Amino acid sequence: MTAVKSINRLLIANRGEIAVRIIRTCQTLGIETVLAASAADLDSIPARMADQVIKIGPPPSLQSYLNVDAVLQAALQTSADAIHPGYGFLSENASLAQACSDNNIIFIGPTVAQLNAIGDKLKARENAVAANLPIVPGGSVNNPQDAEKLAAEIGYPVLIKAVGGGGGRGMQVVHGEADLAKIMTLARAEAENAFNDDRIYLECFVASGRHVEVQVLGDGKQVIHLGTRDCSIQRRYQKLVEEAPAPCLNDELREKMQSAAVAFAQHLDYQGAGTVEFLVDVERNSFYFLEMNARIQVEHPVTEAITGLDLVAQQIRVAEGRPLGISQDDVIFNGHAIECRLNAEDCQNDFQPSPGKVTRAQFPAGAGIRIDTHIESGITVPPYYDSLLGKLIVWGEDRTEAIARLQHALALCHLEGVESNIGLHQAILATQEFIEGGVDTRFLKQMLDTTTAGELANG
Amino acid sequence: MSLSHKDVQEILRLLEETDYRELTLETEHFTLKLQQDEEGWTQQVNTEASDKTPVTSAVASIAESSSVESAASEEGLLDIRAPMVGTFYNAPKPGAAPFVEIGSSVNQDTVIAIIEVMKLMNSIPAGLNGEIVEILIEDAQFVEKGQLLMRVRPS
Repeated sequence: MTAVKSINRLLIANRGEIAVRIIRTCQTLGIETVLAASAADLDSIPARMADQVIKIGPPPSLQSYLNVDAVLQAALQTSADAIHPGYGFLSENASLAQACSDNNIIFIGPTVAQLNAIGDKLKARENAVAANLPIVPGGSVNNPQDAEKLAAEIGYPVLIKAVGGGGGRGMQVVHGEADLAKIMTLARAEAENAFNDDRIYLECFVASGRHVEVQVLGDGKQVIHLGTRDCSIQRRYQKLVEEAPAPCLNDELREKMQSAAVAFAQHLDYQGAGTVEFLVDVERNSFYFLEMNARIQVEHPVTEAITGLDLVAQQIRVAEGRPLGISQDDVIFNGHAIECRLNAEDCQNDFQPSPGKVTRAQFPAGAGIRIDTHIESGITVPPYYDSLLGKLIVWGEDRTEAIARLQHALALCHLEGVESNIGLHQAILATQEFIEGGVDTRFLKQMLDTTTAGELANG
Repeated sequence: MSLSHKDVQEILRLLEETDYRELTLETEHFTLKLQQDEEGWTQQVNTEASDKTPVTSAVASIAESSSVESAASEEGLLDIRAPMVGTFYNAPKPGAAPFVEIGSSVNQDTVIAIIEVMKLMNSIPAGLNGEIVEILIEDAQFVEKGQLLMRVRPS
């Protein structure tokens, strides 16, 4: 174990709501913040909140938020003793973690070795097997002949995944042998392009399943879990609604998944906050390891809402070399929380992104309501980055109360100037399936297939 | 400093014990406006722009984009304009052959570019029939909605 080294000045290598989120915790902890911002974000809300702002490049992320050298130089130039990478961008980038370690800067995240073990999806599968976790049948394939043989073994449809992918990117479904070679070539080219790594692997495509994940925290020795989250409501592999704990899951299965997540993280001597993702087949009462995310996640507030913990503060604590201040028995689960991702997209026009100036931003307030956002009236949403405007998180004594509070809160969200998906969330909340709980990953597509554009208008 | 959601809840709790229906809290760093209507309480926050001057990272001084000068055009050409804001790409992927070049003939459905907006790749069709005569934009440049991309001699 390394010695304890307190963080006094932290560079945030991210933008948007997560940059705001990190700044808030730093303010509570008395840590000075430096925001590394692109030219498009110099007057953003996080830039206004941070103690210092350093420009790391022009608007396109490749030249700014994805530029390891620019981020590192920014940290060195401002004498920051740590970098928080947030999520997305360089959050799971081993080169940045290595560069930090070479320059005596704390990278808030797992070790380089852990990032490599998790970032490479094939290595992650091997580690899952070593930790006795069930994995989806599949394996690596190098040529169409191998792929055809393996696909025949596991049965169609199969999923082609990029070894360097993740977060829903780099996946293709293949329904029959006729398409396999063609889609495989395409997938390799895309993987090479997107992840600089053309390796792919095949997995059995489980059509009906729930996406349930377990939040873990580790300090390099001890690992604890902070319960489950269900993120099955997705559009094109992008999560839209998340809740904690995962609803309609029997206790035995939940406990098995929590233990499996801890076992996986323990196997890696994991350090930091991480999420182990599972695919749950409720009918067969079984689950499979999908991947681990070695970062803070967008949906972390639902876990915070039911545990009362500050995950960013925990990340910082562990990164400073301190042991976790809590044991598993100290984690008390209380109530139910649901998060809606508010995106700048036009649900009535094929989800076309809608950048531009927000002329009015009014959010609900009150007990059990939390808003994580970087949007205020007058703020311009740039077209260069993702469409997340903010997150509405509600907490209730139980799921029924949380849903009622969420319906009420959504009606009080007013975003003007850009299109938003508030109406889509209202439509989801109005379905019997959602109210009952435990929908699978096909739910949203089926709902959209039977919904007219007008029914997705903000109500 | 800034407000956390817990601060907002605490203020609201105090406010609910009174008859007030609106509160505006102004500090050096932000303004918080809480309002109650028949539906419930809402919040609006305005974080003040600070006067700190951003410094520029040593490696961030890569040349910024240059725009292409518009050449004098011949009569009777039709315009292809960007249907949305975003980043213009002239090829399906870096290093690949461009979708169209000067002299390419296009029809309504010919893809002439990709415009990336908020991480979504949109294929842009020509929308008309003819021959590309001018290309007024370079690869990987930012375009505004309605910006002139290409000129076409109609067929």
